[in-house]
Amino acid sequence: MMEIRFTLNGRAVTAMAEADDSLYTVLRGLGISSVKCGCETTNCGLCTVHMDGQAVLSCSIPAPRCEGHSIVTLEGLQEEAKALGGCLADEGAEQCGFCAPGLMMNVLALAKENPAATDEEIDAYLAGNLCRCSGYMSQRRAVKKYLAMAAGEVRA
Amino acid sequence: MASYRNYVMAQTLEEAYALNQKKSSVIVAGNMWLRMCGLKKQTAIDLSRLGLDKIEEREDAFVIGSMASLRDVETHAGLNACFGGVFARAFAPIVGTQFRRGATIGGSEYSRFGFSDVSAVLLALDTRVVLYKRGEVPLSQYQTEAWDRDILTHIVIPKGRTAAVESVRLSATDIPILVCAASVGADGLRLVLGARPARAMIVAEGMKPEADAAAFEEIAQRTAFGSNLRASEEYRRKVAPVLMLRAAMNCIAAGEEERA
Repeated sequence: MMEIRFTLNGRAVTAMAEADDSLYTVLRGLGISSVKCGCETTNCGLCTVHMDGQAVLSCSIPAPRCEGHSIVTLEGLQEEAKALGGCLADEGAEQCGFCAPGLMMNVLALAKENPAATDEEIDAYLAGNLCRCSGYMSQRRAVKKYLAMAAGEVRA
Repeated sequence: MASYRNYVMAQTLEEAYALNQKKSSVIVAGNMWLRMCGLKKQTAIDLSRLGLDKIEEREDAFVIGSMASLRDVETHAGLNACFGGVFARAFAPIVGTQFRRGATIGGSEYSRFGFSDVSAVLLALDTRVVLYKRGEVPLSQYQTEAWDRDILTHIVIPKGRTAAVESVRLSATDIPILVCAASVGADGLRLVLGARPARAMIVAEGMKPEADAAAFEEIAQRTAFGSNLRASEEYRRKVAPVLMLRAAMNCIAAGEEERA
């Protein structure tokens, strides 16, 4: 077992990990239940977290590589999650909801990187977040609504 | 899933190289594919603390550290301004932004995947790989070699060519059925075919830079293709001339635009 120290949602944490553990495994062990593994093939986006401010797939990040880094999950972004979750609910984009935390983490990364994203840019940025229920149209509407809200154009 | 007994954050390239000489060791780069390979190794060697994630623009070339992510390359303004914007276009269909932020250019190229969009584009651009012990090796040679225990540290892309890429996929973000990268330079038009499904290879060089459909048909006839669960050999042979035509037309147009 290895000892790994990193910042999780603004708090310094120390976790024990096996040499072949992923960040995803460590986060679940720490009780972070928003992070899910949906595919086992590094494809679905459900395990998305922010590492040093950038959206990454926690299933592919070797746990020892997190030493000294900052990790943020949806649990650490409650205010933003509430606003974005409201947009998703309003547009009927929530069905089974399993993919939502990973999608939301990537949308929040998009909002920082390209707050004025076009429809094409939204689709391209979120292509790695798979949803088997929605067909994506309602999600796109919700994302556009959230980006506009975040930019202060629309008041919730 | 991959299984390791020890995980070493290498402090120097020499340390990583020494550890990697044992068959029981493996280098971990982006870990996107490696994690799924079911490998059982004694030691995993991590290169992420060695400063190999930089992209440097020199007067005559770009030097990309092997741990730079595909997303770093795809969004690098200098790289995209120089080669007809080919990196943004070529890498965008690869899974998703989070995946490309993890996948590294060195891991992609060392592995020489038979489905690689990355290899096809780099081959079209006179790329050289830098290996820790062997030094610089032309990518066209490296593509034909067996995996060895040296460490790929950098990728060097000389300036001077304009490129374009076309691919066909069963669905967006899937592995490609076929990739064609084309480039034009002082020696004319070069065409590369990847995901045949086999390692990418140069199929034509020094051609006149024009959209010669008959020539592309002839190239497809003499190129080796294979079948897998995504497509048959026959399908790939039929699609190849179309991709070559589109890639050639696009890179010739991009070249003219850059010169204008």
